[in-house]
Amino acid sequence: MKTLTTRLAIGVAAGLLVSSLASAETLRWARSGDSLTLDPHAQNEGPTHTLAHQIYEPLLHRDMAGQITPALATSWKALDDNPNVWRFQLRKGVKFHDQSAFTAEDVVYSFKRAMKPTSAMKELLTSIKDVRMVDDHTVDFETNGPNPLLINNLTNLFIMDSGWTEKNGAGDPQDVAAGETTFSSQNTNGTGAYVLISRTPDQKTVLKANPNYWGVGQFPLDVSEIVYTPIQSAATRVAALLSGEVDFIQDVPVQDLRRVAGQSGLKVVTAAQNRVIFFGMNVGDSDIESDNVSGKNPFADVRVRRAMNMAINRDAIKKVVMRDQSSPTNVIMPPFVNGWTAELDKVPSVNVAEAKKMMEAAGYGDGFSVTLNCPNDRYINDEAICQAVVGMFGQIGIKVNLDAKPKAQHFPLIKNKTTDFYMLGWGVPTFDSHYIFNFLVHSTTENRGSWNGTRYSNPEIDPKIVALESETDLAKRDAIIAEIWQQVQEDQIYLPVHNQVLNWGMKDGIQFDVQPEDQPHFKYLKM
Amino acid sequence: MNGEKSAWQRFLASDFFYDFKRSPVTIVSFVIVVTLILMAILADLVAPTNPFDPGSLNLMNGFTPPMEPNAFTGETFLLGTDDQGRDLLSAIIYGLRVSLFVGLTAVILAMFIGVSLGLLAGYRGGWVDAVIMRIADIQVTFPSILIAVLIFGVARGLLPPDLRDELAITVLIVAIGLSEWVPFARTVRGTTMVEKEKEYVQAARLIGLGSSQIMVRHILPNVLSPVLVIATITLALAIIAEATLSFLGVGAPPTEPSLGTLIRIGQDFLFSGEWWILLFPAVTLLALALSVNLLGDWLRDTLNPRLK
Amino acid sequence: MLFIILRRLLQAIVVLLLVALVAFTIFRYIGDPVESLLGQEATEADRRALIDRLGLDDPIPVQYLRFVTNALQGDFGVSYRTAEQVSGLIAERLPATLELALVSALFALVVGTLLGIYTAIYRDGFVAHTIMSSSLIGVSLPTFLIGVLLIWVFAVELGWLPSFGRGETVQIGFWSTGFLTASGLKSLILPAITLGLYQMTLIMRLVRAEMLEVLRQDFIRFARARGLPDRVVYFGHALKNTLVPVITVAGLQLGAIVAFAIITETVFQWPGVGLLFVNAVFFVDIPVMSAYLLLVGTVFVVINLIVDLLYLAIDPRIRDGQLRRKAT
Repeated sequence: MKTLTTRLAIGVAAGLLVSSLASAETLRWARSGDSLTLDPHAQNEGPTHTLAHQIYEPLLHRDMAGQITPALATSWKALDDNPNVWRFQLRKGVKFHDQSAFTAEDVVYSFKRAMKPTSAMKELLTSIKDVRMVDDHTVDFETNGPNPLLINNLTNLFIMDSGWTEKNGAGDPQDVAAGETTFSSQNTNGTGAYVLISRTPDQKTVLKANPNYWGVGQFPLDVSEIVYTPIQSAATRVAALLSGEVDFIQDVPVQDLRRVAGQSGLKVVTAAQNRVIFFGMNVGDSDIESDNVSGKNPFADVRVRRAMNMAINRDAIKKVVMRDQSSPTNVIMPPFVNGWTAELDKVPSVNVAEAKKMMEAAGYGDGFSVTLNCPNDRYINDEAICQAVVGMFGQIGIKVNLDAKPKAQHFPLIKNKTTDFYMLGWGVPTFDSHYIFNFLVHSTTENRGSWNGTRYSNPEIDPKIVALESETDLAKRDAIIAEIWQQVQEDQIYLPVHNQVLNWGMKDGIQFDVQPEDQPHFKYLKM
Repeated sequence: MNGEKSAWQRFLASDFFYDFKRSPVTIVSFVIVVTLILMAILADLVAPTNPFDPGSLNLMNGFTPPMEPNAFTGETFLLGTDDQGRDLLSAIIYGLRVSLFVGLTAVILAMFIGVSLGLLAGYRGGWVDAVIMRIADIQVTFPSILIAVLIFGVARGLLPPDLRDELAITVLIVAIGLSEWVPFARTVRGTTMVEKEKEYVQAARLIGLGSSQIMVRHILPNVLSPVLVIATITLALAIIAEATLSFLGVGAPPTEPSLGTLIRIGQDFLFSGEWWILLFPAVTLLALALSVNLLGDWLRDTLNPRLK
Repeated sequence: MLFIILRRLLQAIVVLLLVALVAFTIFRYIGDPVESLLGQEATEADRRALIDRLGLDDPIPVQYLRFVTNALQGDFGVSYRTAEQVSGLIAERLPATLELALVSALFALVVGTLLGIYTAIYRDGFVAHTIMSSSLIGVSLPTFLIGVLLIWVFAVELGWLPSFGRGETVQIGFWSTGFLTASGLKSLILPAITLGLYQMTLIMRLVRAEMLEVLRQDFIRFARARGLPDRVVYFGHALKNTLVPVITVAGLQLGAIVAFAIITETVFQWPGVGLLFVNAVFFVDIPVMSAYLLLVGTVFVVINLIVDLLYLAIDPRIRDGQLRRKAT
């Protein structure tokens, strides 16, 4: 007993000494997950890109407002005489962390590297035929047919130093699937505002300001040291912010927003996120296994789908489950995306009586039962949303069994098409409708429709989606997009719920806008 | 009738009951356990609403504080509501039913397996004993929580999706039951090894009684008191294991929550000021597990003459 | 004697092989490593190539044999998630878990023994009763809830102790220790209490029961009759006689502490092997999961073996049956 009290006393005394160790320039940053690798081309994943963005730079990136902004390139445009070629002017006087100069050669090298088979970024570059060096600070990108939206695909494509990469035998991106460790997955040499000092995966990563950064004077660069700690448990993460052990967390649980905002010395900054949450149903098969109706698939009847859409009380989900931190929608497209209209977004009114009538007309007056697959660690309050809609569907006679699982087990169900009813969230990094159609609406083929778990296949729509890729007349292109959306809405293949809202919690002294892709670029942070 | 009455009277006059009467803590624990069990059994009559019927929930009732009208609907709830608008009192009563059912059934399963294997190992000895006790070693190698997660994962992988929810509770019972049999087996084995050397067992063997008869009739009664003690303590363990599994996300489904699931949900709201969502289920679980543990303690002291 | 020892050793090896089999086969069927490894836009050809490369198509016995052979050489393969050697990952994380386990075990042993003695000596006192009853609260609440409550009170509301991680650590060779810095020691307190509470209760109750038994025995009465002071009787004679079973149980419980660190490490974001395992489960990282199970299994089997052999040395009769009863 005595030992315990003594130790407690020592601990308490020590606690008082070290309580406010953070100096003005160190930023202690926590989020739920860690970067998966330091190789900038080995994973196409949010938290991995976030860390990479501090160390490496793309030619252009989305700034804190989500606008495309020059980074290593200063300007770009399609050639007047050949719309298949984009010419990029590169920034001069830029140096990598090891002091070697940044040139066009590095750009060509990095893009070729990112197009290699082991790269996770290659799908974003399929339209590129060749990358050519024109002079030391000019690069041409040749595409297979005109690609007006090429630059949208380049915002997370980081430039490595060709000499450094070759010298260290890291010419191929780390093959994560083969379980490979490479020099580039453990070391970095970028042009970015921060230099990697030390890293223990899942524990702690330390970055220091790059004194030779080209943007010194152009960006605030108030943070001179970044200490990044992933903290999985939501309660522990919030506790760390509340107790002052970290300065900035990226994912504040919605129920704790008031507590964080109310605590003196802390604040919450909020902005709409480029991510929509929705439900998908198996509309294609003639019979499904997970229901209690034999020989028929209730989801194949559009009346059932419309009745379900009518039964979802999006306002209640927003008010109670999301604590006002969401914007209900009726289309699976965030407002940032080209093709979005207020009309598509307008939420239908809840009408249980009408929905019941439609169920009856479809022959399901007595309802049916079905299993809903839901992730429980991916989206904001994902499981609670699923639970809420279980009750709402219950009101129109559909008995839903909820099966909530971690994302590692949930996503394969959608990709393998072994679920008939599921939740999914979708972010649109290209900010264009085509990205949604290509993954979620197009019939599943070898390289399209891979996330279309609905088995929806419309031979009229598929060619239109493909046509979007090379349509240069933007007005005409937008018209096709509108047409496709009309059909998607008409067929009600998805049940949209809402767009997520991002909440970043931070110390009062920090000035930082929320980036719509959840990508903080710390060079913009003021403190 | 007469026999029964005299048995009752004998019970009232026994040391066992005398001990019970003299221990107020035990009486309180007993009353709490009996009350909670009765509430669980009579849930349909006692609970104000049926929280397992999702169609009857109104999401707008969510997060209503205890005994305060909801800001949107104006409805009032004695213990408030949870994040889904469920009446917490009803959810606790129904959750209690799930937890107790899982706990009791799991203990019975563990007891059955453990006592059978323990008797067999202790009585037969030799390679039977070695095999059984090595299996017990492997079992202990994996902590019960780990085993339960494994069984749960395997079962989920093997079962067709539409059966998963219906079988979730069964899987939970099997998982906890299979992971808690070792203490029973070891205790019974130890006692059996001592008992089988005693004269009366030797005598029974001499007059030609079969081994199974000797085991059930002569040895089993001697191991009942330690088994009862272990069963009581295991019940508390099982109830807590259920809660921990729910924390890891493999427990009772949130649409039909157990006490553990309610606590898992509630701890998300610990910092946000909605204390009741955590407090009431946690206090109920504590009261249940603590009372069961105290009863187990008292049983151990009372049934173990050495400690008297 | 030698025969018995050899038999025990052989049994231990068989147990380890079975543990390896369980660790290997079960996880082989949970989740789909191929799905979790490949990116969003992988093709069927990519899938085939990966399955071939990982050898997931080989017959299960072949995969198992490969697994055991590699494990014997300290090669547990490469983590599917971080692409690092699993043996390296575990070596890096093990100090954190072992330090936490050690402090928890010490806390459980010291506090448990002291409270056990106290409650035995004053068995009918009010304080002893209160300690006995309230110690049950600790085992009547799930570990994760105790952890969250401790964080809430001591980190969030009072702000005295850190809520997560190990604080500053010092690297001594391959070992990273939190014992040498103030923040490291401070960070240990809440997780160690959370993890050790259950074992503390166990030890306290065991010490109490053993003490009560010893205190009744003749030699204690003689010691008293000889007029020895209480202190000498309790600590010199009685406690000494309770120590063997207590240390045995503490040894066995050390393994349990390492295993149960899973939950504590998750709640406190403690960078040990338990957290590594939980992460591995979420990412379906089979090599890490197998290695972890094998690690925990080995720890237990070795401790079991040592205890068995010790008891054979001390008392060749059937004492181990009784020992195990107390242990559980």
